[in-house]
Amino acid sequence: MPATFTRNPVEIERKDPGTGGKPPLDRRPTGGGGEGDNWGDHPEGHHGPRELLIRYRLGVIFALAGDLMFFVALVSAFFVRQSTGHFDVHDNFINDWRPLAVPTILWLNTAVLLLSGVTMELARRHLFREVDVMDEWLGLGRPAVKRAAPWLAATLVLGLAFLAGQWIAWEQLVHEGYRFMSNDPSSHFFYLITGIHGLHLIFGIFALIGALIGLFTLKKVEYRQVAVDCTAWYWHTMSLFWVFLFVLLEFFQ
Amino acid sequence: MKSRILSRIFTTDHRQLGILYLCLALAAAIVGTVLSLMMRIHRVWPNMMVPGVGLVKPENYLAMVTMHGTLMVFFVLLIAPQAGFANLVLPEQIGARRMAFPRINAASFWISVVAFLVLISGAHIKGGSAISGWSSYPPLSALPAAGPGQGLGMDLWLISIGIFCVASWLSAVNMLATILGERRAGMTWSRLPMTVWGWLVTSILSLLIFAVLLAAAVLLFSDRHFGSSFFIPVGDMIDGRVVGHGDGSPLLWLHLFWFFGHPGTYLAVLPGMGLATSLFANFTRRRVAGYRVMAGGLVAIGGLGLLVWGHHMFVSGMNPWAGTAFALTTMAIAVPSTIEVIGWLATLWGGGFRLKTPMLFALGFLSFFIVGGLSGPILAQPALDAYLHNTFFVVAHFHMVMGLAGVFTVFAGVYYWFPLMTGRMMNETLGKLHFWISLIGAYGTFFPMYFAGLAGEPRHYDRLAGPATSFPSLVPLERGITYSAGLLAGAQLLFLWNVFVSARRGMVAEPNPWQASTLEWANGAAYGRIESGPYEYELPAGAEGFHPQWEPAAKEE
Repeated sequence: MPATFTRNPVEIERKDPGTGGKPPLDRRPTGGGGEGDNWGDHPEGHHGPRELLIRYRLGVIFALAGDLMFFVALVSAFFVRQSTGHFDVHDNFINDWRPLAVPTILWLNTAVLLLSGVTMELARRHLFREVDVMDEWLGLGRPAVKRAAPWLAATLVLGLAFLAGQWIAWEQLVHEGYRFMSNDPSSHFFYLITGIHGLHLIFGIFALIGALIGLFTLKKVEYRQVAVDCTAWYWHTMSLFWVFLFVLLEFFQ
Repeated sequence: MKSRILSRIFTTDHRQLGILYLCLALAAAIVGTVLSLMMRIHRVWPNMMVPGVGLVKPENYLAMVTMHGTLMVFFVLLIAPQAGFANLVLPEQIGARRMAFPRINAASFWISVVAFLVLISGAHIKGGSAISGWSSYPPLSALPAAGPGQGLGMDLWLISIGIFCVASWLSAVNMLATILGERRAGMTWSRLPMTVWGWLVTSILSLLIFAVLLAAAVLLFSDRHFGSSFFIPVGDMIDGRVVGHGDGSPLLWLHLFWFFGHPGTYLAVLPGMGLATSLFANFTRRRVAGYRVMAGGLVAIGGLGLLVWGHHMFVSGMNPWAGTAFALTTMAIAVPSTIEVIGWLATLWGGGFRLKTPMLFALGFLSFFIVGGLSGPILAQPALDAYLHNTFFVVAHFHMVMGLAGVFTVFAGVYYWFPLMTGRMMNETLGKLHFWISLIGAYGTFFPMYFAGLAGEPRHYDRLAGPATSFPSLVPLERGITYSAGLLAGAQLLFLWNVFVSARRGMVAEPNPWQASTLEWANGAAYGRIESGPYEYELPAGAEGFHPQWEPAAKEE
């Protein structure tokens, strides 16, 4: 940077404290602590208005990325197992995959799950409505919670209905003779895939219950937003996974 | 009072968690080293009674092999370089106050401890631990009747690995969120210390691969207990009886396991490579040559590492064209690895060497990385691997690059960051002695294994007697390896003595004992925005001193 004038020795000796020309924080009339100030010493959540939310969203998204790889492994095992076989004494390729007819209740379950995604999103958006969030932040009641809670409860009910439907599907299969412990690889995969997805949905149910409780017990509106938002991301991802898994089981056997 | 004790045990402070992780890795390393010594003694003196075991039967040997591999890979090399050191210094190195999710971080540690205890418990149950190797191939691992230890021992192994996958996943989520979200203002991507780049690539890889291992473990568990046949082929026979009932494919396990296993080996070395870069810069007082290329090399190794898993399977019966594809990607990965080595050499060239113990270990790492790495392209050729697969050539290769190079970076890190952990310095003389004896012992143990492998000596055989006549000529070689292994293990006692005595009575460290420039050495200095790079060891116009990253950029012209 070319200098247009030589600097006064006094200026050169003065060390730059890195506060951008402002006095140090303890000598500021209003206390400082705004954007770009004193970066190292803020209590959590004060780097910006959405810092906490972004951090938790990052965490949930990375966790879901790992989970996605889990399902990718299962799906690739599915495809490999479908085409695995052996050569018999006459050099015929024998493959023991008998496609499983997926119980039709699964279509209803899928619809229920997609509907639960809609209610989840409605709940989430209520918690980000600026007017209501401002009221909550100022301590003037909890309008956002009052609007979001019924939708969250609806999601919970629909999620439980989905799980009940999955259980009915399992009962139907057992009735037809396809148990998990039978010798049939396609039924193994059916139970495995729906079971693992169902397990993840049970975790989601717990998250929903936790979010519902948190809506009424958490003290800060940012925390309530984080609780519902992260649950929503998780729930939507599980719904999306289900769509892929259902298409796999229905059409790719 | 009670909650204070509990909160001290279940601490969420990342530095204490880092120390706890290193202690866990140390415990696993001690058990793994003892197992390896028992293996070496048995190979040379097969009829000797090993203390604690008695006469070593072939299945005992295989159990030792399995536990040695599992402990060393999972609980030493997949813990110490990442969770251990990252928890020690990562937040400071990026200018953050703490990790993004401290409680998840703490949970990850305790879950790892549970995994360790479950694994160790396998040795104490009836039947003993699993004998199917750390890679646990079916159908041996899928059928409880297949061998001693393959019943409950194998189940415990699977449960332990499954728990470990969960712990690693949580740890990776925390680390990624920290690196991406908690960097201080001004800490741009090109101002990150190279260690952070290593942890970044490692965390992304962890996220992708541990889930696949968990899925494979679930499928194998299902094969063992729920009558499925994901991996058990039809007509498999044990003791003349057909076991298994479906048309599964052992090759499926190999694909799933090695999709995890190969990037897993990069998880073990990438943080160490970043640390080596940092140490070379620090102890030669030079800037890192080609910082962006070096960082890009780490990313390239990580990315390509996801595409090479089939080179463990060249002789497995998979499609030979797939073998060709994997051979090409494997040889491609030699390119960024070589770029890293050339970068290190360029950083070292003409530098003012300060040969302190951490620097010695970093140089030792470099030598192992080169020697071990050069045998990689040999194994990458399917034609050569057809002969060398499952021989001691492979054993030499991976011990050099993972066991020795990786572990030397762990040593380097411990010596380097000891002042941060304890406020004291480790004894320099003992450190140098530890280094030289370890170096000689390590080369003496693992370099001759290349020749044993070229002579055709197979892995996993508990002794060399048998119809093949070339093996008795290898016994003197094996004896030499065993003596060197004893020397190597003995040198670690020096290290342990140094660690535990220096922690209490070592020389008190000055604030920045290595005159390092990275942020973990700021020692409580308050600083604002980051304005300079991590390795500003060379000041313009040859001025003395260096420019630590926590000081604001020089404003004079």
